[in-house]
Amino acid sequence: MGYIVESFRQLAGLDPSRPHPEEQADEVLSVYKEKRKTRLTKAALEAARDEHHTQCCDKWQRRRWATLILLNLLFVVSYYFDIQILEGALTASRFVGFHMADLNSALQVMLAYKHVVLNLVIGTVTVLILWVILGGRSFCSWVCPYHLLAEWAEYLHVWLVKRKVIKNHTFDRRARSVFYLIFALLALVTGYTVFETISPTGIISRALIYGPGIALVWVGGLLLFEVFYSRRAWCRYVCPIGVTYGFVGLASPVRVKYNIVDCHHEGDCRQVCLVPHVLDVTIRGKAQDLNSDIGSDCTRCGLCVDVCPTDSLNFVIKGLGKQS
Amino acid sequence: MADDTQAKKTRPKRALSPKRKEQARREFLRTSVMAAGVVGFSLLGFLPVAQGKTLRLRPPGAIKTPSDEKDFLSSCIKCGQCVQVCPVQAIELADMDQGFAIGTPYIDARTQACDFSCDGLQCVLACPTGSLDHALDYPADSRMGFARLSRPKACLAIQGKGFKGLARGAEYKGLLRYDEIDRWNPIPVAEHPYDLELCDLCVRQCPIEIRITQCAEAEKQKAGSNQKVERVAKQYGNECPPKHAIGLEEAVAPDGTRVMVPVIKDGCVGCGVCEMICPPEPPAIVIDIDKITDWV
Repeated sequence: MGYIVESFRQLAGLDPSRPHPEEQADEVLSVYKEKRKTRLTKAALEAARDEHHTQCCDKWQRRRWATLILLNLLFVVSYYFDIQILEGALTASRFVGFHMADLNSALQVMLAYKHVVLNLVIGTVTVLILWVILGGRSFCSWVCPYHLLAEWAEYLHVWLVKRKVIKNHTFDRRARSVFYLIFALLALVTGYTVFETISPTGIISRALIYGPGIALVWVGGLLLFEVFYSRRAWCRYVCPIGVTYGFVGLASPVRVKYNIVDCHHEGDCRQVCLVPHVLDVTIRGKAQDLNSDIGSDCTRCGLCVDVCPTDSLNFVIKGLGKQS
Repeated sequence: MADDTQAKKTRPKRALSPKRKEQARREFLRTSVMAAGVVGFSLLGFLPVAQGKTLRLRPPGAIKTPSDEKDFLSSCIKCGQCVQVCPVQAIELADMDQGFAIGTPYIDARTQACDFSCDGLQCVLACPTGSLDHALDYPADSRMGFARLSRPKACLAIQGKGFKGLARGAEYKGLLRYDEIDRWNPIPVAEHPYDLELCDLCVRQCPIEIRITQCAEAEKQKAGSNQKVERVAKQYGNECPPKHAIGLEEAVAPDGTRVMVPVIKDGCVGCGVCEMICPPEPPAIVIDIDKITDWV
């Protein structure tokens, strides 16, 4: 229950709650106490990072990019070579004949049109079940084509910030909840799928499959905004698709798990994260138990799992394998 | 214990330093401007719709009236599955200049009309949201628009002329199904030269008229084999033959001469093949979307 409440708070854009010392497990307090005895030197941290680099570093990123590219490519080749494996676009499709409908697009259509045909129900429920199993916002980082472009734009942004060419400007994260409500209301009141007009996910998916159009200028504008003004602005502060899948993720067994024992609390994970607030628990003093599940606003992208020098962050499937 | 929980909940927030306060104020302003910008931009999509610029020739079964596409635009999930199943690739998706209509399917008849060569209305079957209404079973029942002889002076038939050669030139990419050549695969119009004493392309290629011819043939065969004619209609639940859509009829020109004129009839569904095949540029016959046969 605590997981759902806390995840929901973070999804809504509220600050992660900080546990009261009395709520923290005794083991946690003693681990923190132990860590305070030895100060982490820069050299020790570098050594830990170096050692980590010798083993791996971008395992999940490589898997994720490959999945994302192959999946979007499957849409393209299905149409181009008429092999009919995955027909349609990301908003709605048929996978070897089975209906699939993007949850947010389906929601927009249902709110705008106010009638639902059976095929849409089937497609929506199929996708709902699929993403409950696969981790909710994992749609964002493993499927959404805008995410990949934005990730590349983010590298540029971070590089420019490092060189002090530009500054990052943050927005209030609660804006995304407001957008979610506004776009739902607009669909309901105007009777048009207003969000689809500007959704870069749908635009890019259609552009890949059916050929480019002027809508890509808008997507380019968004990317430029993210490169020069605000890091990952669309995904962090606007996109209602992420919120929809975030809700789905509340019930998903696929999560990233944080273990405090070896953690240096150096914050490498929060540096690479799209939604760093979900990793607030890695800040010294903020964990409640030895193991914590990262909230459902997490896109399960695995960047933190890749970067963590102490192996303190890992993917888990609740109810499968060894429980802690 | 009760005091403890109370204390937990009311733990006072640390007061913000003036610098932090200023940062928070700026962030709030930035966020408000950004939110207004994004919502405002998305609402710009209403302009083309309100101006009626989004009205287009839509695929068969589109849930719309000639002047109101609202249900169609709202129910369409913008996935393009209809585009993918069309054997003649007649369907295109609207771009962002169409505002709320972005990603919705339309047909540019002059470039590639819907010739119903899929027979089974594949686009309707592919539609996951019922935006193309599954209640539509037969091509002759679709109501996309209505043909109109817009430039009678350009019409070859009215001029008494025949037509020889490629209807739309060698460069034209459009496809049509010619039953006598290949029942299952449409071929490029550019690979099918005509040699007509009097141009009757709009009548000859009309899918509804072709269907009527097929019905007549089936009737003849059935008659020869002593089978009941009605069986065709009973078997497929399809009205056979459908109503005539277009025909060449004799008329008297202002100068007193007798000419043949294409006359559009009640059976026209607005598929656009006549507009597509008409040799003059621009065509003598076009599809109007502001009316359908039930309205004329």
